[in-house]
Amino acid sequence: MADPMTPEPFRIERVSRELADTFTLDLVPVGDKRDFDFQPGQFNMLYHFGVGEVPISISGDAGTKGRVTHTVRAVGTVTESMADLKKGDMVGVRGPFGSTWPMELAEGHDVVIVTGGIGLAPLRPAIYHVLANRGKYGRVAILYGARTPSDILYREELEAWSARLDVSVEATVDTAGTDWTGNVGVVTKLLPRGNFDGRDAVALVCGPEVMMRFTVHALNDQGVTNDCIFVSMERNMKCAVGFCGHCQFGSRFVCKDGPVFRFDQIEDIFRVKGI
Amino acid sequence: MAKCGSAKDAVVIGTDGLDALIKLLAKDGYDVIGPRVESGAVVLEPVDGVDDLPAGWADEQDGGHYRLTKIDSPAIFEHVVGPHTWKRYLSPPAQTILRARKRGKGFSVEEVVDAPKYALLGVRACDLKAISLQDRVFDNGDFVDKGYFARRNKAFVIAVNCTRAAGTCFCVSMNSGPEASCGFDLGLTEILTKTKHVFLLAAGSERGRKAIAELKKKKQVKAAAAADRAAAAKAVDAAAKSMKRKMRKDAARLLAANREHPRWEEVATRCLSCANCTMVCPTCFCSTVEDVTDLKGKTAERVRRWDSCFTHDFSYIHGGTVRRLRSSRYRHWITHKLSTWHDQFQTQGCVGCGRCITWCPVGIDITEEVRELGKRRT
Repeated sequence: MADPMTPEPFRIERVSRELADTFTLDLVPVGDKRDFDFQPGQFNMLYHFGVGEVPISISGDAGTKGRVTHTVRAVGTVTESMADLKKGDMVGVRGPFGSTWPMELAEGHDVVIVTGGIGLAPLRPAIYHVLANRGKYGRVAILYGARTPSDILYREELEAWSARLDVSVEATVDTAGTDWTGNVGVVTKLLPRGNFDGRDAVALVCGPEVMMRFTVHALNDQGVTNDCIFVSMERNMKCAVGFCGHCQFGSRFVCKDGPVFRFDQIEDIFRVKGI
Repeated sequence: MAKCGSAKDAVVIGTDGLDALIKLLAKDGYDVIGPRVESGAVVLEPVDGVDDLPAGWADEQDGGHYRLTKIDSPAIFEHVVGPHTWKRYLSPPAQTILRARKRGKGFSVEEVVDAPKYALLGVRACDLKAISLQDRVFDNGDFVDKGYFARRNKAFVIAVNCTRAAGTCFCVSMNSGPEASCGFDLGLTEILTKTKHVFLLAAGSERGRKAIAELKKKKQVKAAAAADRAAAAKAVDAAAKSMKRKMRKDAARLLAANREHPRWEEVATRCLSCANCTMVCPTCFCSTVEDVTDLKGKTAERVRRWDSCFTHDFSYIHGGTVRRLRSSRYRHWITHKLSTWHDQFQTQGCVGCGRCITWCPVGIDITEEVRELGKRRT
């Protein structure tokens, strides 16, 4: 990483509209920049000139050098103004920051990925990694929940993965019309049907905190112990380097100790309200 | 704690010598910052000479109470700590850290480091400890705050040993005072008897020794007599002995074990969430950033400002504020200060300066809150 406090200009190579409020930016470094290296699970601070900066997970393939991909949901001042950005525009990038999904540790084991909503974005690099190294892992299950069928992120990719014979993909929605033939209900309901052995699985979980809380219970019911469950936490972040104090989660700084935590290492504070 | 400034090598200067020291540092290019009386409080602002210092003023401090009183004494350092802390200079309340300029469809960004050369005069032992704790925060093993260390490394530190404790002090129980034993360039102890008013002056660094040598050239320095050293030690000892408040030794464990406790609801009925405690705390380091542009939108700046965990915005993420309740915000602050700080930085986060007690509008006392938590275990 160059200077961790100073954003470097990246040019927007492509803007893809994903959902009504969600878009993906493919960014390339400007000038004589080196390749951008990151590990699945990490995030960048994205700067929109004069507006501000936001922490956004990297949602692209760590195997693709020289480009970094972010999927952004327009929910605040900075992300809403970023929604107006077009190909050729520039954003600032600081990073990559934070801990990573345990891709090496999971080798030789079943991998179960449980996510909800835009939580699929920080897990997509992990999925790419598993698929690129498919032989190193046991059974692979991707369980995804969204509010409605039109809120399903990366739908084409999910369908493509679903068509593979070496990955099982299950999606569910909270509510749907008659054109939906899939599951309806919360994502935790998919776990008992997931094609994995709970006693030999590593679980990667990302979604709203309440979803992750219930997912941990459901994983435990399947025999997955808390030291094999990894969750990605979200907190307010300003600096990403442990100076601003905003992202504290008990004694942890989510920016540098997280965002990915092994669940048994945070479970004492995870259930405390307003920690 | 290792003794860095040896009292054995100490010399004695008078008020003229102190004045000469201030002027010497100013001549060397330092902005000398020291205690002075403004708006009814001792604040840390630029000083030009010994006449700017608060001679004849003492402070009366208690929970939610601060008054300066005129005393019949020429003592300069009879006051203890006021609402300002040295973080005001080393990690300023507002600092521009980045400047960006539009260039065609893109922009360029440059880092901004503003690092004046400060001489900090009158740093008490608790505040000296606080500076060392902030050093740890801004060099956390993964990242280094360049701006902070640019200011910090230039700073010339003149410590003052406390010869009086304020009503809210509890540095003895935090093992951080009242004697400054390490981390200064020069250490001062005021000695005031019926017949003389002098300062025992010890060097704690090479820079400090050079400053004493300069003062010697100006004939401002006398050898310290055994009686001077004894008088200084006695005065500091008396300050330690007169300290009324103390922190429980098991505060870190108590807070870690009581994240759910009825006391949090109780303190929330008194706490105004005003953030005063975090602003006056010498170790609180939290900040936010503001990105602003000029009117044409051609240049942009990022300003880093002090922030407080007592605001709703502090923990806001999409969907709501994490610490929505006042009880959770108070719990976060005190738990961070006294417990999780140890996990994060392997040091204490509180130095016992008592400012948070004095400047709390309703007089919430950090030592009392820990004591109460210990009384009623859940």
